[in-house]
Amino acid sequence: MVNPNVQGKTYPATEPYLVGREKVREFAHAVKASSPINFDLFAAQAAGYSDLVAPPTFAVVIQERSLATVLADDEAGIDFSRVVHGDQRFVHARPIVAGDELTSELTVASVKSLGAHSMVTFETHIFDATKALVCTAISTLVVRGAE
Amino acid sequence: MAHIDINALEVGQRIGSTEFLLTRDSLVRYAGASGDFNPIHYRDDFAKSVGLEGVLAHGMLTMGAAVQVAVDWVGDPGRVIDYGVRFTKPVWVDAQAGAVLLVTGKVGEIDLENGKVRVDLTASFNETAVLGKAQAWVRL
Repeated sequence: MVNPNVQGKTYPATEPYLVGREKVREFAHAVKASSPINFDLFAAQAAGYSDLVAPPTFAVVIQERSLATVLADDEAGIDFSRVVHGDQRFVHARPIVAGDELTSELTVASVKSLGAHSMVTFETHIFDATKALVCTAISTLVVRGAE
Repeated sequence: MAHIDINALEVGQRIGSTEFLLTRDSLVRYAGASGDFNPIHYRDDFAKSVGLEGVLAHGMLTMGAAVQVAVDWVGDPGRVIDYGVRFTKPVWVDAQAGAVLLVTGKVGEIDLENGKVRVDLTASFNETAVLGKAQAWVRL
C-alpha cells in the first residue's frame, strides 16, 4: 500500500536538464513524429522558435526524473514492479525547445485506495532557467496491491 | 502555419488518420529516447514472469505517436498546448509482426474566442481502443 500521508508532499527540485538538439530529434524519431519543426532548425526558426521544438510528450523525460525521486522514497512505499500507468496529461505554458535548461518539482496531488490497489496522482511543474513555468505534467499511477 | 480556418471547422469533422507500425525495434528506440527501461517492454520472459501476456508497448509511446495526427493537422508540434490520455488497454507487440496502431482524429470542440480546437483522438490495436479520453487542445 502507498502511504496516504505523502499526499501533499513536495519533493526537492531536480538538477537542471539541458534539452539537446539531438535529444529532441532522437525523441521525435522514437514517437514517429514527422514534423520538420522537430528536426530541421530552419523550419523551427521559420515558425518563430529559437530552436527545434520537442514533441508534445517530451516533458515525460523530465517528469521521469522527478518520479525516480519518489520511487526511491521509502516513506512513499511505492513498489515500482507493481506500477501501471493510469493516465497522463501535459499542460504547456509554452513548448519545450532545444537549449532549454529545465528543472522540475513534483507534488503528490492525491493518494486514493481502490480495494487492494492504490492510485497516486503526481503533479510535476517544469520550469526553465528563468524559473518561468513551461509545463505541468500530471500523471496517475495505479499501484497493484498484493494478490 | 495557421493554415486552418477555425470558422470553417465543424465538431465531428475528421482531421486525419494514420497507421503506426510498432515493432520491437520501436520499443527499444523509445526506451532509449525516453529513459524508460522497464524490461516488460523488451523481454518476453520478464513480461511473462510478472503475469503479462508478453511484451507490450510503452503507454507513453502510444500516447506520443497518437498525438502526431493532431500535430500533422496543425502543422506545428508547439501548438499542442494541452494533451491528456487514459491508458485503457495494452498494445501487445509481437516479436516478428509487431503491432499496428490505428489513430484517427476528429474535431471535438471549437473555442472561437481563444482560437483553440480540441482534437479527440482514438487509438486502436486489433480493433480495440487502447487510449481513453485522448484529447489534445491545439492553438490555431
